[in-house]
Amino acid sequence: MDWKIALDTVWVLVAGMLVFFMNLGFGLVESGFARAKNTVNIISKNFIVFAVSSVAFLIIGWGLMYGDGNPFFGTQGLFMLGGADNSPAVGDAYTGVYSALSWTGVPLLAKFFFQLVFAGTAATIVSGAVAERIKYGSFMVFSFVLVALVYPVVGHWIWGGGWLAGLGFWDFAGSTVVHSVGAWAALAGVLVLGPRIGKFGKDGKARAIPGHNMTSAMTGALILWLGWFGFNPGSTMAADPGAISHIVVTTNMAAAAGALAATALAWVVLGKPDIGMTINGALGGLVGITAGCAFVSVGSSLIIGGIAGAIVVGGVLLLDRVKIDDPVGALAVHGMGGIFGTLAVGLFAQDAIAPGTTGDGLFFGGGFGLLGAQATGVVAVAAAVFGVSLVVWLAIKATLGVRVSEEEELEGLDIGEHGNRAYPDFVQTETVA
Amino acid sequence: MKKIEAIIKPHKLDDVKEALHAVGVAGLTAYEVKGFGRQKGHTEIYRGAEYTVDFVPKMKIEIVVDDELAPKVEDAIIEAAASGKIGDGKVFTYDCEGAVRIRTGERGPDAL
Repeated sequence: MDWKIALDTVWVLVAGMLVFFMNLGFGLVESGFARAKNTVNIISKNFIVFAVSSVAFLIIGWGLMYGDGNPFFGTQGLFMLGGADNSPAVGDAYTGVYSALSWTGVPLLAKFFFQLVFAGTAATIVSGAVAERIKYGSFMVFSFVLVALVYPVVGHWIWGGGWLAGLGFWDFAGSTVVHSVGAWAALAGVLVLGPRIGKFGKDGKARAIPGHNMTSAMTGALILWLGWFGFNPGSTMAADPGAISHIVVTTNMAAAAGALAATALAWVVLGKPDIGMTINGALGGLVGITAGCAFVSVGSSLIIGGIAGAIVVGGVLLLDRVKIDDPVGALAVHGMGGIFGTLAVGLFAQDAIAPGTTGDGLFFGGGFGLLGAQATGVVAVAAAVFGVSLVVWLAIKATLGVRVSEEEELEGLDIGEHGNRAYPDFVQTETVA
Repeated sequence: MKKIEAIIKPHKLDDVKEALHAVGVAGLTAYEVKGFGRQKGHTEIYRGAEYTVDFVPKMKIEIVVDDELAPKVEDAIIEAAASGKIGDGKVFTYDCEGAVRIRTGERGPDAL
């Protein structure tokens, strides 16, 4: 019995299950921040998206991302995990076609499961930003394309041994690969859809559309925080005691700092410690530390999380100012948090923490090299994902349509899209404040 | 004094409130209700079984105003609440015999 392989595998699978559980977190946060009349639609989107992602990633996503090929996408072992593979052999002993992951000594299916739940996370990020006005079927179609093609190609550049990795770009657990990708895809969707009816008044000012269940939102937020204890430390894909302990702490401290910074900022700027801002601050801190959790010190993680939490507060207000309607703050948390987290590696990385990987960032004497690579990656991924997503959304708009009718939007998507009500016992009215 | 009750579509509440401010109405009371007139309800499906929901969510508002203001108020509500589609609602007007402001004890039109 090879104990190392067994322990590593158990760790990877348990961590993967925690990340899977984040789908529940997203569903609770999103439905909590949205109106009661759309609850069934939002929880349906968050449920079905993992099913869609599972199939898409199996059919071709995994192969494009991790198959050997060229610097831009995989070309071998593309379909149905069919490529030659002798995992858990590592390093030179590995002879299969998924070499980009030959450094981790776990079976192929464990690698697949772990990477699948990450792909699913990117897809579920989109569902929050497009909530309360998107057609269910159109969302499913977009999610399939995202997980089958867009996410894997970009992922290949960074984790699949592609050109960005070659440039010295580092993203340990996915501030860019998962969170920014989801956010850019979501932004394209939000722009194609337009804002919810009543979100912006005749004077152009943003109006509050209060969420219907703050308990749900907070429950979801803590589930996400817990899930991140799989997301970040799990990315070692090995039960390496020192590394996973370090990462769990940097992850937690960033979340804590993000929550506190956002709360303080909301208190000062808006007058009260708004729970929505606190939640999004914690999530922003988590997204912000995701790229660098293995490369930065615990002290740095507090700073990174705090800055990310503050950015999220500013981001939510800014998006309202420029008339972009994001019901849950996904663009601020995953987009702005993702960009900052990626760049933060270029500032805060310390070679001593993960020797032979990132080298030192700007603040630790490493100069601008790492930061430059990080910035290149941020821009390249933004352009590619936003551009391709825009085309896909427009194609869906031209064929299936993307937005529900005005009547349906006013009545609630639960009836229009699903013929169900989430709360049939209650009179379901609400006014756009 | 007249008491005016209006049943309107929920998303029209803001527009009606603004229209009432514009004609000089200081306050109103609003309830969430469900009801139907000639607007049909829905057929919905729950786990494969169909069921009909006759009742449609609406908002009901109540205002008490001077007699002279009542026609203007009715018109303001109608204009703001109308969408042209079925289910826009109804306005009812009743006589109101008395009104008192609890805090000050003012009675009659002074209480409005």
